[in-house]
Amino acid sequence: MMDSLRGQNLLDLGELSRSALIEVLDTAESFVEVNRRVVKKVPALKGRVVASLFFEESTRTRLSFETAAKRLSADVLSLAVASSSVKKGESLKDTIATIEALGIDAVVMRHRSSGAAVQVARFVPHVRVINAGDGLHQHPTQGLLDAFTLRSVLAERRGERGRDTGAELFAGLRVLIVGDIRHSRVARSDVDAYVGLGATVSLAAPGTLLPEGVEEWPVDVVDDFDESLARADVIGVLRLQHERGTGAFVPSLSEFTATHGLTAARVARLSPETIIMHPGPMNRGVEIDASVADSPASVITRQVANGVPVRMAVLYLSVAGGEGAW
Amino acid sequence: MVSELVLRGGTVIRHHDAYRADVRVAEGRIVQVAPSIDATGGARVIDARGCWIGPALVDLHAHLREPGLEAAETIDSGARAAAVGGYGAVVAMPNTEPALDSVALVAFVLARGATTGIDVAVAGAITQGRRGEKLAPIAEMAALGVRLFTDDGAGVASAEVMRRALRYAAPLGVRLAQHCEEPSMVQDGTMNDGPLAGRLGLVGRPALAEELMVLRDLELVRATGAKMHFLHLSTARAIGLVAAARREGLDVTAEVAPHHFTLDESACSDYDPLFKVNPPLRSLADVAALRAALRAGDVDAVATDHAPHAPESKDLAFDEAPAGMLGLEHAAALTLEALGGEEADAHQFFSLLSRRPAAIAQLRAGDARVALSAHGGEVAEGEDANVVVFDPRESWTVDRERLQSRARNTPYHARTLRGRARATIVRGRLVAYDGEAL
Repeated sequence: MMDSLRGQNLLDLGELSRSALIEVLDTAESFVEVNRRVVKKVPALKGRVVASLFFEESTRTRLSFETAAKRLSADVLSLAVASSSVKKGESLKDTIATIEALGIDAVVMRHRSSGAAVQVARFVPHVRVINAGDGLHQHPTQGLLDAFTLRSVLAERRGERGRDTGAELFAGLRVLIVGDIRHSRVARSDVDAYVGLGATVSLAAPGTLLPEGVEEWPVDVVDDFDESLARADVIGVLRLQHERGTGAFVPSLSEFTATHGLTAARVARLSPETIIMHPGPMNRGVEIDASVADSPASVITRQVANGVPVRMAVLYLSVAGGEGAW
Repeated sequence: MVSELVLRGGTVIRHHDAYRADVRVAEGRIVQVAPSIDATGGARVIDARGCWIGPALVDLHAHLREPGLEAAETIDSGARAAAVGGYGAVVAMPNTEPALDSVALVAFVLARGATTGIDVAVAGAITQGRRGEKLAPIAEMAALGVRLFTDDGAGVASAEVMRRALRYAAPLGVRLAQHCEEPSMVQDGTMNDGPLAGRLGLVGRPALAEELMVLRDLELVRATGAKMHFLHLSTARAIGLVAAARREGLDVTAEVAPHHFTLDESACSDYDPLFKVNPPLRSLADVAALRAALRAGDVDAVATDHAPHAPESKDLAFDEAPAGMLGLEHAAALTLEALGGEEADAHQFFSLLSRRPAAIAQLRAGDARVALSAHGGEVAEGEDANVVVFDPRESWTVDRERLQSRARNTPYHARTLRGRARATIVRGRLVAYDGEAL
């Protein structure tokens, strides 16, 4: 367990203690203010080089990270490795050695293989590694920005600032995560963030989309999605990749929607206070109805907007050790 | 090369007893076993004080990678690794490129093997190209001396193909060997299935996949009356199933690999591909069950599943890296440790590492056609001189840079082990001494 992200790699959200999580959220809140300025730039990472290494394409996450790094005045090396020599059989170790030789302070990496960021951190011990999503394993900054969004919304309802509430708004909070838990790195990071901050987490999914050994996770697994909805303060909907719905894991996308989709009919039965989240990109009409995604209960666009300040906080703490002017 | 050797001061481990004796080896044979032997003329004396003198070890399961994958290992480098590990004979697995599924390819490996210091036997493929569809020329390969057949790397997926293979093999007196993992359950799997895999986001290879194929094959053996060998069993239940079938009278044998009784799935937690292997490292409970089975005699053999890979291939992401780890150079020490270290039963040690594997590979009598000598016998006058001088107390540290193997993918780097072959003698020649291949 790490009690602070300062100077550390961010590989697996399960490694962060509650105080470390709160530190990131509080720091992100400060950066929200920076992002509201006319000049949205601070010198915290001036002279530092951050490599953005996306072995798997993700325009949204990559832009969010690169924007965050630039607003901290870092030099950003953006390498489109998804289409470079890596495809021609270059090993992870060789790729990272090449990048390291350019003189970098940090690498933000996305990879289709679980654990790739953990391996890279071992290959380049003097470079800070930020995991931007590895296979089915973790997507730590998504978990952080989801927790940040949730705390902001709950704090606003009480007329407070998030940073004045620590983790207290998570105590007793009932979060229901629904969908393809098995193949979701977001689910794993969300569970780590919410449980780490003190919330009660339930999971709902078809049996084939639950991870192996989920009974050992610090969560409840609910069999009846409809029945569990009424008891949720927050519903986190996960993306269902189309290829899972062709009979391999669920018989069809429409059957998934019928059993586990957050449809307008289901939402109509919820308390108006219920918060609806989705990490994006959405498959409207599959795991979430379009009208639900655009409803007042949805905080999905806030999640997207919070990506930059949360990633600024992560880079600031991890790469600058939480020091330096801004 | 000194033609005569005298092993002085050791303890000869026979089938049922052990006694202090010196051993003289000349012209490929053990010529004298006596309380005290004088070295005459040019005889080389090997100090065997404190050592066990037993039959050279026999490995049922070595991937020597030639032909096709020589960047990882060659028959020669694999044989040197074997010799250093105390082995006098190894069975080369057929999952080369191309697969060993024809007389020509088997003959090639046997010929290459004959140029090494040890005896290299061959396991032929059960099916053409190891594709699991059409039978390979099992009878022709058997006529060349092949006694074990397997599609190892994968099991024969089709129950009907396997049934036919067993029926075809039964009258030939050869034994089929199976890598038991039901393919439909392990397609993308990279580590043991269970809570740890779920947390790490790695796709699992369930114990159930192994156990289902063991169950299927036991029933096929029962139905066909053939004999069969189960490769690298890794779960408590799989071992229990085979042991029960043997008590019923089926002619089935089983091996376990050192990594499965020394390492558990938690080794995968750091995503280091060195620990990726098929079948995967299992639970701690399975590790304990395997160790108990070794002591209880519920498995016949320890086999290395020596699986060299070129260094760069283990620098890939965990799910992209090839499965397999080195075994030949440290299997004996790990087996000794599992049998109780200094308390280990030397008879059980040689049973698991030499006598039973030699019987399973039908190397007890040797095979003049392919110049293989007799293995797994007694250290007695007149026997082929395939002998290991093993020091059960020598402490040594595994150094991946100092292995005889071309590859470096040992999961035991920097680990200090106890027990090492001081001298390996094959057909009367000293082929390894004090950790160096000669």
